[in-house]
Order: sequence, then C-alpha cells, then structure tokens
Amino acid sequence: MAVHTSDDHDDAPAKAAFIYDPKVRGVFYQIVLVAAIAWLGWEFITNAARNLEQQNISSGFGFLKNTAGFGIIQSLVDYSEESSYGRALYVGFLNTILIAVIGIALATVLGFIIGIARLSTNWIISRLAYVYIEIIRNIPLLLQIFFWYFAVLRAVPNPRNSIELIPGSVFLNNRGIFLPRPVFEEGSSLILFGLIAGIAAALGISNWARKRQMETGQPFPSFRVGLGLVLGLPLLGYLLGGMPVSMEFAELRGFNFTGGMKMTPEFMALLLALSIYTAAFIAEIVRAGILAVSHGQTEASYALGLRPGPTLRLVVVPQAMRVIIPPLTSQYLNLTKNSSLAVAIAYPDLVSVGGTVLNQTGQAIEVIGIWMVVYLGLSLLTSAFMNWYNNRMALVER
Amino acid sequence: MATRNETNAAASGIGWVRGEMQAEMAAPATDVGLIGWMRQHLFSGVFNTILTLFGAYLVYVLVPPIFKFAVTDAVWNGDNREACVGSHGACWAYVKAYAAQFIYGRFPDPERWRVNIVFVLLAAGLVPLLMPTLPFKRENTIFMLLVFPVLAFILLTGGNVAIGQWAWIALATIGIVAAAFILLPVLAGQASLATRTNAILVLAILLLIPAVIFLLVGIDFGLEPVETSNWGGLLVTLVIAITGITASLPFGVALALGRRSNLPIVRLLSVIFIEFWRGVPLITVLFMSSVVLPLFMPEGVTIDKLFRALVGVALFASAYMAEVIRGGLQAIPKGQYEGADALGLTFWQKMGLIVLPQALKLVIPGIVNTFIGLFKDTTLVLIIGLFDLLGQIQSSFTDPTWATPTQNHTGYMFAAMIFWVFCFSMSRYSIFMEKRLDTGRKR
Repeated sequence: MAVHTSDDHDDAPAKAAFIYDPKVRGVFYQIVLVAAIAWLGWEFITNAARNLEQQNISSGFGFLKNTAGFGIIQSLVDYSEESSYGRALYVGFLNTILIAVIGIALATVLGFIIGIARLSTNWIISRLAYVYIEIIRNIPLLLQIFFWYFAVLRAVPNPRNSIELIPGSVFLNNRGIFLPRPVFEEGSSLILFGLIAGIAAALGISNWARKRQMETGQPFPSFRVGLGLVLGLPLLGYLLGGMPVSMEFAELRGFNFTGGMKMTPEFMALLLALSIYTAAFIAEIVRAGILAVSHGQTEASYALGLRPGPTLRLVVVPQAMRVIIPPLTSQYLNLTKNSSLAVAIAYPDLVSVGGTVLNQTGQAIEVIGIWMVVYLGLSLLTSAFMNWYNNRMALVER
Repeated sequence: MATRNETNAAASGIGWVRGEMQAEMAAPATDVGLIGWMRQHLFSGVFNTILTLFGAYLVYVLVPPIFKFAVTDAVWNGDNREACVGSHGACWAYVKAYAAQFIYGRFPDPERWRVNIVFVLLAAGLVPLLMPTLPFKRENTIFMLLVFPVLAFILLTGGNVAIGQWAWIALATIGIVAAAFILLPVLAGQASLATRTNAILVLAILLLIPAVIFLLVGIDFGLEPVETSNWGGLLVTLVIAITGITASLPFGVALALGRRSNLPIVRLLSVIFIEFWRGVPLITVLFMSSVVLPLFMPEGVTIDKLFRALVGVALFASAYMAEVIRGGLQAIPKGQYEGADALGLTFWQKMGLIVLPQALKLVIPGIVNTFIGLFKDTTLVLIIGLFDLLGQIQSSFTDPTWATPTQNHTGYMFAAMIFWVFCFSMSRYSIFMEKRLDTGRKR
C-alpha cells in the first residue's frame, strides 16, 4: 500500500493513487466481468449455431406446429397422436399444474396434522410424528417415488383380482385406481347457482359479522353459518332440481375396467410420494411457527378470559402464520419443481413430455428453454405472492 | 425459629401453633413412576386416550410387519432366486450378491483396490476434520482440499491426462497479468519491492498449485485407465455429492458477496444467476448439462458425461448455498463491517477475518440442510443415464437370477437405509456443531 508521509503532497493526490481508488477499481472489475461473460456468451452462441448446423437442426419454435405422433396416458384437454408438439407440451403443463395443486393441498393437510402432532403432549403421538419426519425427509424423493410406483402400485393385482377399497365403487389394481364419476344431468345448474349464492352469502355474512363485532363487540358464529350456507344452498338446488346427479361406477369389462374415473398408477405414485415427502418439511415449518409464538401470548390471552379454542384461533394461529407462510410458499414451490421427477416414472408432466419431444425433434435448446421459462414463471409468481403477503402481514409498528 | 413461634403463640394466648414442618407426604402412586408418567402423557383425558390408542394401533400395524419383513422372514444366504422365492421377507442374499456392484458399479474387478484406497483416504481425512478436539486442522484442510482431490482423481481415472498446451498458456497468461498488477506500483515508484513480497509470494503459491496439479495428473503411473461410464453405485453418489458440496461452498460465498456488493453490475449478475438456478428444477439443469452443454462446446471438444452432471449439480447447489450464506451476512450487525473498515482492513480481510467467520457460524444448519438436499438430489443423475447407488439398484432388478416378488422391496429398503444413515448423521452432526459453536449467546 502506498504510504504518504511527506506533508507537502497534500494538495494533489499522487499518480499511483488512481489504481487504489475503490471506485476506479470497481468500474474496472465490472468491465472485466462483463467482457468475460460477453466473450463466453458469444463463444457459446457461435458454437451452438455451428453444431446445430452440422446436425441439420434448424433452431426456432416452428417445430411446435408439427404433428407429435405419440400418445399421452393422461390428459385434461383433448389430445390425440395427431395433435401438435405445442399441444403435447400444453397437456404436460396442465398435468404439472394438476399434480402440483392436488399435491399441495394434500401435503398441507398432512403437514399441519403432523406438525401439530409433533407438539402434542401425548408422548406416543409426538414420537410417531418425530419418527415420520426424520425417516421421510432423510430419504431421497426419487427413491420414494420408485417405491410407491414399482414396489406398491405396480405390484397390486391385475384388474380381474382388483382390491375393492370401497366395495362396488372404488377399485385398486395395477392399471390404477377406479372411482365412481358423478354425471351431471339436466337441472344441475341449480346446484352450481346454489354454490355460488352460498359462497357469496357466507362472505357477506362474515363481513357483516366482523363489522358488527368491531362496533358492538357482539360476536356472531359466522363460520358455522357460512359453512351451513355453502353446503346447504347447493343441497337445496340439488333437491329442487330433482336430484339430477347420478354416479357412474367403474365396471369390469373383459380385462379392464370401463367407465368411472381413473387415476393412473403414475399419477398416484407421484402424488403420494410428493405429498408425503413435502408434508415432512411442512410439519417442521408448522412446528417452528407455533413454537415461535411466545408462551406469554397464550398466558395473556387466558388472563383476558379467552378459552383455549379462541386463544388458538385468535391469538396463536395468526401470529404463527406470519412465521409459517414464507417457508411454506417455498415448500409449495419445491413441490412444484419436484413434480418434474415424474419423468422417472413416465407420468406425462411438462418435463416428461418435453423429454419425448426433445428426443424426437432434437430441439434441445428450445425445449429446455420452454421448461425454464415455465418454472421460472411459476417461481416468480410465487415470490410475488410471498412479497405481497409479507407486506400485508408485516407487523404494523407505530 | 420454632422456639420463637412457640413463645409468641404462648404470649398471645393461642393454644397451639405448629412449630415444625410436617414431613412431606409421598406423592400419590398414580402421579409418580411409570403409572404417573402414563397418566400424564398418555391418558390425561378422553381425547388423549383415544389418541394414544390410535397411536398404539398405528405402531401395531406398521412396526411388526416391517420387522417381520426385514428380519424374521428375511433370507440371509443363498446363491440365486431359489433361496428367496418362497419367502415373504426381504431377500438380503440378493443384496449380498450385488454388494460389490452397489459400491463400485462396473468398476473393473482387479482395479477396485484403487476405489478402496480413495474411500480410506476420504475417511482418514474427513473424520479428524470433523472432530473438533483433534489438532492439525489447517494441515488436514489442506490435505482434504488439495491433496485428496488430486489423489482421488488419479486413482479413480488412472491419471495420465493429456494436459493440452492451452492449459499451460492460460496459466502463464494469468500469472503474467497478475504479476504486472502487483508490480505496477513498484514501477510507478509508489511502493518499494519489499512491500510487495507478500503479494508476490501468494501469487507464486497460487500459480504453483495448478502447475503441480497439471504435472501430477499428466504423469503416467501405469494405472489402468477406467472410463467414468464404468463407475457406479455408491462411488458415483459420493463423487457427485462431495464435489458438489466442496464446489458449492466457495461459489456460494462468492455469489452471496456479489449479491450484497456495491457494484451494480456484479450485484445484478449475481441476482440473475441465483434466481435463475433456484427457479428451475434440478432435473432440467441436468438435462441442460447433458444435452445443451455439448452444443456450446467448440468443435472436437467432448466433455465427460459425469463431469457434465457435476457442473450442473455444482452450479445448482451454489445458488442455494448463496442464499443461505446471504442470510448469515445479513444477520451480522453493521457495526462489524464498520469496525473492520475503521481498522483499515481491505475488503477481503474484512470478509475473511471478521464477517464470514461469524456469518458462516450462524448459518451452519442452513448449510448442512443444503448438503443433505444435495446428497439426496444426487439420485437424479440416474434420469440422465448415470448409475448412482439408486440407479445401480434399479438396474439390478432386470437380472433374472434374482427375480423374486420381494426383490425390489429389498432393494429399495437397502437404498433407503444407506441414504438415511448418511443424511441423518449429517443432520445430527450439524446439531452437535451448532451447540458447540453457540458460544456467544450461551450464559
């Protein structure tokens, strides 16, 4: 380091001090960094262009319009082998969303149950929850998916010897789980109207009840009344419409079941593994969240005369949720990203379908680009939600 | 005390006051011992009793069948499927027969001693490093970070790599540029040569290390070369996990510092890098490294498949590590940074001596969680056609010699036990270290 000792230099900085100026250095390092990355990017692009040219692959997204020519075992929208690659990827995307949404719902329920069980004063329950968490989260998810798929769901009997989970209506065999399917006949729209009206009324009542409680302090059982409305009005519509819903049961015809609703073993295995695995992490988050609410809050609430139920609902849970929600959303995101392991058991999600497209067309960069854009989009949406929620829930300090 | 009470009582005319405390009665038999504990923890109310019965039922449903499957009904010895086909238990004989494959993959039989040496070296280096009471930590770390990787590389691949001229040219260029930077102030008359000796020494060591490594891996030790496509089993799992863990720490620190840097471009690039890798699933990263990376390479350059996966895993893990470490950096009070600045420390001194030691200590649980996640994620490489432990087990199911109804249950159980032992010990070790390092707040 340059050391200035003489007194007569204090009017102008010395020449060499220039390279010690942190700002100058900063600019210099950043220019070097940008140059290095630009060089790397240019190198990659030119190499990729030349390599693709040699393999006779034209880049661009034109291939999405070509006929796919492969079947997909599970699809939420119309799809056949004559559909385009773009359509196939869309089917895969919908399947990803489907498994993510159902998986998140199941994992949340299971995770909350186990997280609360972990805190139970009942020794055997809390031990069981502990063992569940420690076993499940220390075993790779892929192994668990394989286990459910190959060792459990592919090992069950064939359709002729199906296991009847509920006699006559729910069948389990190596082609999947067959459930009865509700068939909506004429007049079913009344049920839908009933449901919409019920939800609207419940929301209105809870709003009114909150306002009234704020003004007069009188509570109103808005949850119970709302639940009654949400369930009761559709039921009323069902009765008024002349009971227009019937169940279509799956039936054994020849070697397989027809009719009803079918869940493929791939879907089941992925769903089970994802929700069981993620539930272990959610349980730990829930436990940490509840423990983060200091005991004084509970005691103060008791001192005010609140009973254990309202204490939990009005004091502990709102504060615990503030701690729970951010890591919980990142677990939801993890579950969505982990659903890409579907490719290992050929559940047709975005990555699995994309892999097939990639193999058929060789459009590696484009397919992987689509994957990245979809998953990045989902994760950006999630983090946007998280920021919004954090801002809403942040402690308002006065 | 007692006598005074008695006299006071007598003086005030009260007939009798207890002078001595009555001996405590023993707690009721229903409140102590096993029964008391059970009443308190298992049967304290109707709801709790129902829960207890439910829990006991769960244990009864789950534990005995698993025990029966894994131990009492299991077949321990045998030469082929005949031994296991009649039993409903685990076929451990099959795991025994395949044990070597599960550990080494298709590593050629006569060369397996090399893998064994690597395992022994790993254990010999790692165990004393992990035990905080043992001395020579610095030497140990140098061994694990510099000597062991080179030895392991030579032993596993067979060494004798053709180091191209470009490597030496690149090394020399870096050396010359760095030396010019160090010597510029001397030429400008701002510093004497003596003040720069330290920097020159550091540069010399930094250049010498890659040079020696290039020389060593270039030597023909007469070892049979083993293609990485023949590696498999636990070997591949450990190679990927350890490389990922070792690479992700420095990269993660660099990225975390970059994200908190004052330099806008550095910060922006770090943010983009971190958010990109964290936003996509590992499996797409592996596809990218196995399919797209070769496209990016110049003509004639082929990169080993395992190495490509390693690059993908390392980049992916670095992004997660960076976020964990950033959490630690944010938790360090500003006064620590300012104190270091006030002492006149340079940026790297400030970070290396003041901030990072505190920050890393704070986030040990997060770091170990990332390690555990990485270790579990190594199984994903089987999707791009590498045979890690799970891949090796999965591929062994196609062997008709051992095809029995319980074969895949046994295989998955074995894999689960191995992974569980590794992950669980890592998490226990992190709890141990956390407690040991939690010196600041212990009272």
